[in-house]
Amino acid sequence: MARITSLLKARETGILLALVLVVIVTTVRNPNFLFSPDGFRDLLLTPSILMLVAVGQAIVIITRNVDLSVGSVLGLSAYLTGRIFIDLPWLPWPTVFLIGIVFGGLLGLINGALVAFAKVPALVITLGTLYAYRGINVLWTGSDRINPSDMPKEFLALGTSSLAGLPWLTVIALVVLVVAGWFMRTQRAGRELYAIGSDPAAANLYGLKVTQRVLAAFVLCGALAGLAGVLYAARYGTVNSQAGSGWELDAVGAAVIGGVAIFGGSGTVWGAAIGAYLLLTINRALPVLGVQDFWQRAVVGVLILGAIVLDRVLAVRASRRLAEARDND
Amino acid sequence: MTSIGTAPPPALELSRIAKAFGAVIALTNGTLRLESGSIHALVGENGAGKSTLVKIIAGLYQRDAGEFLLEGHPVDFTSTAAAKAAGIAVIYQEPTLFPDLSVTENIFMGRQPTGALGMIDRRAMHDEALALFERLGVRIDPDRPTLGLSIADQQIIEIAKAISLDAKVLIMDEPTAALSGVEVDRLFAVARSLRDEGRAILFISHRFDEVFSLCDTVTVMRDGAYIATSAIEDTTVDAIVRQMVGRDVTTLFPKTPATIGDDVLVVEGLNQPGVFHDVSFTVRSGEIVALAGLVGAGRSEIARAVFGIDPYSSGTVRVGGQLLRKRKPTAAMAAGIALVPEDRRQQGLVLEASVARNATMAIRRALSRFGLLTTGMENASARIWASRLEVKTNALDTEVGTLSGGNQQKVVLAKWLATDPRVLIVDEPTRGIDVGTKAEVHRLLSELAGQGLAIIMISSELPEVLGMADRVLVVHEGRITADIPRAEATAESVMFAATHSSGEAA
Repeated sequence: MARITSLLKARETGILLALVLVVIVTTVRNPNFLFSPDGFRDLLLTPSILMLVAVGQAIVIITRNVDLSVGSVLGLSAYLTGRIFIDLPWLPWPTVFLIGIVFGGLLGLINGALVAFAKVPALVITLGTLYAYRGINVLWTGSDRINPSDMPKEFLALGTSSLAGLPWLTVIALVVLVVAGWFMRTQRAGRELYAIGSDPAAANLYGLKVTQRVLAAFVLCGALAGLAGVLYAARYGTVNSQAGSGWELDAVGAAVIGGVAIFGGSGTVWGAAIGAYLLLTINRALPVLGVQDFWQRAVVGVLILGAIVLDRVLAVRASRRLAEARDND
Repeated sequence: MTSIGTAPPPALELSRIAKAFGAVIALTNGTLRLESGSIHALVGENGAGKSTLVKIIAGLYQRDAGEFLLEGHPVDFTSTAAAKAAGIAVIYQEPTLFPDLSVTENIFMGRQPTGALGMIDRRAMHDEALALFERLGVRIDPDRPTLGLSIADQQIIEIAKAISLDAKVLIMDEPTAALSGVEVDRLFAVARSLRDEGRAILFISHRFDEVFSLCDTVTVMRDGAYIATSAIEDTTVDAIVRQMVGRDVTTLFPKTPATIGDDVLVVEGLNQPGVFHDVSFTVRSGEIVALAGLVGAGRSEIARAVFGIDPYSSGTVRVGGQLLRKRKPTAAMAAGIALVPEDRRQQGLVLEASVARNATMAIRRALSRFGLLTTGMENASARIWASRLEVKTNALDTEVGTLSGGNQQKVVLAKWLATDPRVLIVDEPTRGIDVGTKAEVHRLLSELAGQGLAIIMISSELPEVLGMADRVLVVHEGRITADIPRAEATAESVMFAATHSSGEAA
C-alpha cells in the first residue's frame, strides 16, 4: 500500500500522465497519430535516441554537473560510424557499436578529467568542448556527408525495423534505461552519485571517491552519447557535420522536465527518459493539433519553466509540511 | 615516557604533531592521548589548533611532522575514508548531511549493506537505522529526507552514523553548539553509554559546565601547542581558563545596569502557522531582552519575521510607535532595526570581501556620493567601528573569511552599528567564539545597552542568558511561555519554561 501511494506521489508519475494526456488528446483529434501503423512506431521510435542522451545527461546532472557537449559527441560518433563503413568495410558491422561507445566514452573522459582536475565548473568546460568537438567534426567532415548508400543494409534496417512490434532502437534504449535505473537505485556507486550532487563538500568529508565518481559519470554520459551517435546514423542514414547540434539543450530539457533537479542530488533516469518522450511527442503533436510552427519552440520553453515552477512549489510545500510536522510533534 | 609492560596502548596517541598552511603555522606541537573507555575534553581558544588537530586525525589534512599512533601502531591517513576504515568517526560542528537523501541513506552512505549483484539491501538498512534510533532513544522517521530536520536531529543522525561505524575513536567537535537542554542531556547519555562500551571519545567544547559534567580528562591547547592534560577532578574552571588564555580572565558576563527608558520595539500578536503563534513582547531602550529556549523553538524565526525577512500572517511590529510593513527588511532598517544573524558566515558576511567593505555593507547608500563609492570612504567609515570594537586585523583590506570567529562577529556588529540602530537583534552572538572574545562581545552589548539601545539577544547558552539579560522571554514550540525578570531568572526557571507549555490554556 505504501508502495502504491509513493508511486502515485512520484514526480515521474506526473510526467507520465502528461505524456499520456498529450497522446490521447492528439489521437482524438487525429486517430492516425496513434492508430496508423506508422503512428505507433514513430511514437516509440522518434524519442529513443534522445532518451539515451537524456539518461546520460541525467546521471551527470545528478552529480551537480552538466554536459553540454553531448550533441557534439553524438555528431562526431555518428560521422565516425559512417567513416568506418567507408574506410574499413571489412569490419563486421556490429563492431561499430563498440567503437561508438568507446569513442564517446573517451570524449566524456576528456570532459570529466577537465572538470575533475581543473576544478572549473562543468558548465564552462563542456561549453568549451561543445565547440571544440563540433569544430573537429566540421574540420573532418567539411562539406562532405555520409549517405545511406555508404552503410550496410543490415545496419540501416536496425534504424527502422522492429522486434515483436517494438522498434529495435526503442528496445536498445529501454535496455539501457532499465540498466541505468537499476544501477542508480540499487548500487552503492549509484547512490554515491546522488550524495555527491546533494552536497559535494559533505561527500568529501564522508570519504566518498568524489573525483572518481564524477569522472565515471562523464564517461558514462559520453558513452551513451556515442551509442546515440551510432543509432543516429542507422536511423537517419545521412550524417553531415551538423548532426546532433542542439541536442544538448533537448537532453538537459528532458532531464529537467523529468524532475531531475538542476542542482543535483535528486531525480531519476526514468524521469529523464519520460521527459525525452514528452518533449519530442509534444513536438510531433503540435502540428497535428494545428499549432503553428513558430509556437512549438515556445511550448517546449513553457514546459521547462512549468517543470521548474512545479518543482519549486513541491519543494516549498514539502518543507512547510516538514516544519509543521515538527510543530505538532 | 614510562612504559608499563602489560597495559594496553592508548586508543589514539598523537605527539608533537606540526602542520602549516603555506606561511601560516596552525600547529606546532599537537599532543593528545586518548584512552579507551574514557571521555577526553579538548579545550582551547579559537585558533588554538583544535580543529586542525581533529582534521589531521580524520585524515582530511596530512601532518608535516610528529607521531600518530592508533592502538600502538603508527598510522598515516591519506583520506577520510582511510581514517574511517581504521575506526575513527568524526562528528563535525556543522552536521554534514546530504539533504536530498533519506535519513537511512545518510547513515549508511558508502557502506550500505549489499546482497546479490551488489544490490543495496534497503530492508536491512532501514531496520538497522530503526534499531540505532531506538538505542539512542529518539524518534526520527528513517525514510524522510534530512532536508528540514532540526540541527539537533541532524546531530543525532551524525551520532547514529558514528555508532553504526562501530568506531573505536569518536570525535565530537562542538556537538552541543547548536543544542540546548534536553538535547544535550540526550547526547551526553549516549556519549556515556559509548564510553562504557570501551570506546574512546574526544569532546571539544567551549562550555565548561559540559566539560566538567561529561569528561574524565581534559587537554588544553593554546596557540597551536599542547599546554596540559589533567584529570577532571584535579582541575577547576579557573585553572583551565588560565591555561587557555595564558592570563586571568576576570569575569565572563560583565553586564552593567543601564537606565531603562521607553518602549522602542512593540510586537503584538505575531502569527505564522507552523512556525510561531501569538507572539507579543516589548523591548525598551537600554534593555537587553533574551529570547531563550530550545533550538528549533522558533526564536530565530520570530526575529527574522520582526526584521521582515520571513512572512507572518497576522500581528503587528512597531518601532517607536511607527508600524512596520511586513516582509520589508529595508523598512525595518530604515526604522532602526539591526539584525546580527546566527550564521554569520552565510548570512552576516561576504567572506571574500574585505573587512572595510563588510563593515560598510549596510550603509552603502548613505556613504556614497552621487552614487559612487570609493575604497577611501569605506575605509574611513570602517576604521571608526573597527577600532571601537577592537577588531584584530592587520589591515582593513583583509579578507573577512581569514579572520577568527570572534573577529568576524565584531565585523558583523560593526556593520550594523554603523547604521545607528535603535533596536539590535543578535542571534547567538557568541556561538563558536572563544572565551576571551566572548567576554568582549558581552561587554560591548552591555555598553550599547548603556547608550540606550534596545537589544534582543537570542541565546542557547544559559549562563549567557542569565548573565546578560534584564528580562528573559522563553520560547517553547513557537510560543512565548514565560517572561522572567532578571531577579527571578535562574537556570531552573528558564529551562522549565523552555521544556513545558505554559500553564494557562494558550
